[in-house]
Amino acid sequence: MRMEEDKLLVRKIKNGSVIDHIKAGNGLKVLDILKITPDNTAVVMLNVQSKRFGKKDIVKIENKELNNFEINKIAILAPNATLNIIKDWKVVDKKKIMMPKIVEGILKCPNSNCITNYEPVKTRFCVEERGLRCWYCERIFRVNEVI
Amino acid sequence: MDDLISIRDLKREDVELILNTADEMEIALRSGKINTEMRGRVLANLFFEPSTRTRFSFETAMLKLGGSVIGFDDPKITSIEKGETLSDTIKTVEKYCDLIVIRHPKEGAPRLAASVSSKPVINAGDGSNQHPTQALLDLYAIKKLKGKIKNLNIALLGDLRHARVMKSLIYCLAMFDANLILISPMGLEIEKEMVQEVKEKFNNEIFQTNDIYAGLRMADVLYVCRLQKERFSDPYEAKKLENAYKVTPDLLKQAKDDLIILHSLPRLGELDRRIDDTKHAKYFDQIQFGVPVRMAIIHQMMR
Repeated sequence: MRMEEDKLLVRKIKNGSVIDHIKAGNGLKVLDILKITPDNTAVVMLNVQSKRFGKKDIVKIENKELNNFEINKIAILAPNATLNIIKDWKVVDKKKIMMPKIVEGILKCPNSNCITNYEPVKTRFCVEERGLRCWYCERIFRVNEVI
Repeated sequence: MDDLISIRDLKREDVELILNTADEMEIALRSGKINTEMRGRVLANLFFEPSTRTRFSFETAMLKLGGSVIGFDDPKITSIEKGETLSDTIKTVEKYCDLIVIRHPKEGAPRLAASVSSKPVINAGDGSNQHPTQALLDLYAIKKLKGKIKNLNIALLGDLRHARVMKSLIYCLAMFDANLILISPMGLEIEKEMVQEVKEKFNNEIFQTNDIYAGLRMADVLYVCRLQKERFSDPYEAKKLENAYKVTPDLLKQAKDDLIILHSLPRLGELDRRIDDTKHAKYFDQIQFGVPVRMAIIHQMMR
């Protein structure tokens, strides 16, 4: 019953992307990463009931296909999310967003003494169990510290 | 080994190879045998931060191997002062040399240098991050002075938060199964993540305390480092901690009879000068191992 109500809350999109299974609470952060332009209509659904996660967030964006850079950035925030590509009202592709082993050129190192904050160099983080380790200064950060 | 940037990059067998080679170098040095294996090769010493022991020992090591040395210890006399990037400096210097040694105040600078250089790069200290060659020489010194590393109780005392040598040393010592005792005043403790990482990786027990007496009593080796004033963003905070720890003759009454004291030097007030003449003081003996260990590192990297 609740799911039906949720579906009614937001209409389907004709073309675009739906990011599903985002950890509840991270939906707005995912939207922020995507830098929505005036050409895109976007909607965020927070705390939607989910069989797998209990609660989840969903982001729908009309007329936008995500590039690899954006997908990798989302993967850091929402490693278990699913990306649905919508064309003519139908899901034409569905992929699980996977956390990459290396995150390059996306994040800024929060260590103010890291060389990457002084030299024109692409940042690089290695994804480890405890968090993201800057390849240059070797410090380890939690996801919420780098996003 | 292409570059030597962080102890974290080394496997135990890499470290053993360097220590064994250092042994051979030390024997050869003592016998007066002339080594010319680096004849015609040039080492570039790029010191963006002050140094006495590290710079001189790298220079001596290269000269003892028959090579030559170029470089600077004041970046103000180079194009860096005109705004040249580190990457461009490295891409220039590599055309003049066969091996680069770099010390830099920014963490990760040696890693960046290695990523743009076609010549091997050695990290001689980067900010508060790593000082791998100092840790290797300290490991060698402990092995020489105590005959082993495994199962020794090794206490690291001081500003563990900011001292780069401690970040390298804790890793090295755990790799060789030493029992670690970390002693630091409140606020100068090593990062929790680092302790956790070492515990998990090497399955070591690490005892942490703010009480210098509690830590010292069990120690076979006491390794002291100074307060790293230059790493504090607020000089007042550093000033407050200036006298937070000090090794005195009185304190040593609590210590084991065969305790040895090491220090990477320079020292400020943390080592009372009255202990220089005691049997425990080994920090000036420690210095002599810098040359054979750095000869071994150069040898291994230029093979």
